[in-house]
Amino acid sequence: MQLKRVVVTGLGALTPLGNNLETYWSNLLKGVSGAGPITRFDPEKFKTKFACEVKDYDPLNYFDRKEVRKMDLFTQYAMISSEEAIKDSGLDLEKLNREKAGVIWGSGIGGLRTFQEEVSSFSQGDGTPRFNPFFIPKMIADISAGMISIKYGFHGPNFVTVSACASATNAMIDAMTYIKLGKANVMITGGSEASVVEAGMGGFNAMKALSERNDSPETASRPFDKDRDGFVLGEGSGALILEEYEHAKARGAKIYAEVVGGGMSADAHHITAPHPEGLGAHNVMVNALEDAQMKPEEIDYINVHGTSTPLGDVSEVIAIERVFGEHAYNLNISSTKSMTGHLLGAAGAIEAIASVMAIKEQVVPPTINHFTDDERFDPRLNFTFNKAQKREVNAALSNTFGFGGHNTSVVFRKID
Amino acid sequence: MSEIASKVKSIIIDKLGVEDSEVTPEASFTNDLGADSLDTVELIMEFEKEFNISIPDDQAENIATVGDAISYLEANVQQ
Repeated sequence: MQLKRVVVTGLGALTPLGNNLETYWSNLLKGVSGAGPITRFDPEKFKTKFACEVKDYDPLNYFDRKEVRKMDLFTQYAMISSEEAIKDSGLDLEKLNREKAGVIWGSGIGGLRTFQEEVSSFSQGDGTPRFNPFFIPKMIADISAGMISIKYGFHGPNFVTVSACASATNAMIDAMTYIKLGKANVMITGGSEASVVEAGMGGFNAMKALSERNDSPETASRPFDKDRDGFVLGEGSGALILEEYEHAKARGAKIYAEVVGGGMSADAHHITAPHPEGLGAHNVMVNALEDAQMKPEEIDYINVHGTSTPLGDVSEVIAIERVFGEHAYNLNISSTKSMTGHLLGAAGAIEAIASVMAIKEQVVPPTINHFTDDERFDPRLNFTFNKAQKREVNAALSNTFGFGGHNTSVVFRKID
Repeated sequence: MSEIASKVKSIIIDKLGVEDSEVTPEASFTNDLGADSLDTVELIMEFEKEFNISIPDDQAENIATVGDAISYLEANVQQ
């Protein structure tokens, strides 16, 4: 069986750097930080009092009041970015065969605020179970894919992938694979997360996963810097329209890039710590390149997982050096989490968008907040510190790794 | 309009996102006001909370219109 080719024909983003694709991308290139004091709740008693929140967000600019009540924030974000991507793709929904159009979305947690509110209200009561009938359908992670399909009438494959911070990349890989196999022509994919709530901050703080640099939120996310002290929690959503190449060509679609391959692996090591030698990270990049039928030397840019944690950044770099050998020094490497913070289950989506845009615009967004070199990293590696770099980007690889030891990697290439 | 009726009306407007003028006594939650089965359950729960009563399921099933809700509550809420 001849596998189909898959291309990206639409993008949408709702991020801490901007509430649409254009603002997101231009702020990535400018090196803007999305971090600031938490506004969603009073963080006074929390160890970390800042996050990368979506700014100036009023749900009533997008939905009516009744819709807002029935959707957790992570679903609202999903609806908004997928709508931008659909519009961007120029797909004519009337002409589209919707039996072969699907939605595979990613979310690491789902409706955390809804869960927190409902369970709190129960625990403060007298034991009478007065749960809201929308509690479960608002909270479950898969409702995002369900809601998107209802809006567009897409009857094809429909589900949500849950693999913590790898969720959206798993979603994209699945969406790509279904198109390659001919099971769908068009897929809406991506991910969304909205866990800047007490339960999210408190939970990640307890794990000692978050930066506690409260005196300087904008410089807290500093991947590969010697003084990095944890990740900065982010929120938002990214959406991509993946489409079978001939289907896209036949309608004269704008094509951003080809999605050539995806890799998946497990560390099988520890619930939260990465494998110290980056075993899973090594394997997943090898798998992705093999799936893409590409050599390591063909990659120009790696958008790394690079969360700004002491251990994670090291093991990922070890893995890159093992996979790419001497070519590692020709690569541009950057962690856009230095600007966006860590969007957990949505990270893979907005970072895939950064990778696709790097190919389209031939420029690599930076890793900001570099102050002090860490001697554990070979100085010959180019981490694109502090400033975007123009260069030829023919192919880009995007890594995302999740708690649980889930590793995913996806490869995009310029369309010939 | 009784105090109960006006509270019922405002709950319906809030939960179903409808206009004041649509909330007539004859209006059916599902046929006229766009409620689905979950909305109806939520409405009943809101009435229970607001008026501090418990509405048994077999009674709740008979509350299909704005007028049904108002008359049930006027008959069962201690004023």
